[in-house]
Amino acid sequence: MSRLLIAVAAALVLATSAVAAGPPVQADLEAEIVCPTCKTTLDQSNAPIAVRMKAYIRARIVAGDSAAEIKSQLVDQFGSGVLAEPPKRGFDLLAWLLPLGAVVVGAVVVGALAVTWSKRRNSTADGSGDDLDPGLEQRLDEELDRFEA
Amino acid sequence: MTGRAKTVGQVIAVAAVVGLLVLLGWKLAFGNGGGASAELAGGGNPVAPDFTLPRIDAEGGDLTFASLKGKAVVVNFWASWCIPCKDEAPELQATYEKYRDQGLVVLGVDAKDFKQDGKRFIKRFGLTYPNVNDGKGSTLGKWGVRGFPETFFVDRDGRIVGEVIEGGIDLERNRERYAEGIRIALGDAK
Repeated sequence: MSRLLIAVAAALVLATSAVAAGPPVQADLEAEIVCPTCKTTLDQSNAPIAVRMKAYIRARIVAGDSAAEIKSQLVDQFGSGVLAEPPKRGFDLLAWLLPLGAVVVGAVVVGALAVTWSKRRNSTADGSGDDLDPGLEQRLDEELDRFEA
Repeated sequence: MTGRAKTVGQVIAVAAVVGLLVLLGWKLAFGNGGGASAELAGGGNPVAPDFTLPRIDAEGGDLTFASLKGKAVVVNFWASWCIPCKDEAPELQATYEKYRDQGLVVLGVDAKDFKQDGKRFIKRFGLTYPNVNDGKGSTLGKWGVRGFPETFFVDRDGRIVGEVIEGGIDLERNRERYAEGIRIALGDAK
């Protein structure tokens, strides 16, 4: 039984690897590469250089290059600006970290505000907060006495 | 909101504003703001921005623009996928052949283009003047290039002179300005 399970697991791993190592899909690459003159992804552009780059990608897929190899060739030729997603290293890493940082800072600020508001509400409810000004309290007492009289 | 939370919020807001002001200052101080062509249009005589790029002509190796100092240079920005660039290529070759003995060099900068496409272009049009490839377009901002083709004139002191020619030099509207640019670059202006 255990042998059967191991065989099934191995087959699954092999199948997954085969899918992952399959030929790159033209449409996927066109959505991940930016036209260097019009700054939109290739699938959104019909600029002459975009048309030429699509043809290049098609030819490299036929030649058996992987998606990573094709992207690397295009970066060598046109610079990292052709990648729709900036690389996750060096200075470009900031493009990934800054939005995450903003989300974390936002969460901390919202959390701090929530705690503050919650404390204020509790202190109001148990009567420990919002003490009246002594002058105002005296005036209120006088008014109540006059009302009750 | 407590005083402390308010202070933290204010500090974050001020930090964001200061950050944006620093970015603006950096852009004003170090951004090219239209490059050399804008400076030229404003009445200046900017020094031609230097660069070192791989040659895609028969010579091979790298070419440093500063090495051309002492010569008049017609700098032509082009790409193999640009149709007007094809139309003007024979005229650039003719200019090179006509003025080479007077110390004028035509230099082609093939930008935002595949190297191999640029090489095929050079072969197809029989260009013998130096040509370099700038696939990443790193020179375009510094020179202030806004499209292809675009042609600049640099005098023997390395300063950009005349007018920048936008569009093909073979176009009727550009012919006189092209001839004038060559005259000024060579130091023959009247």
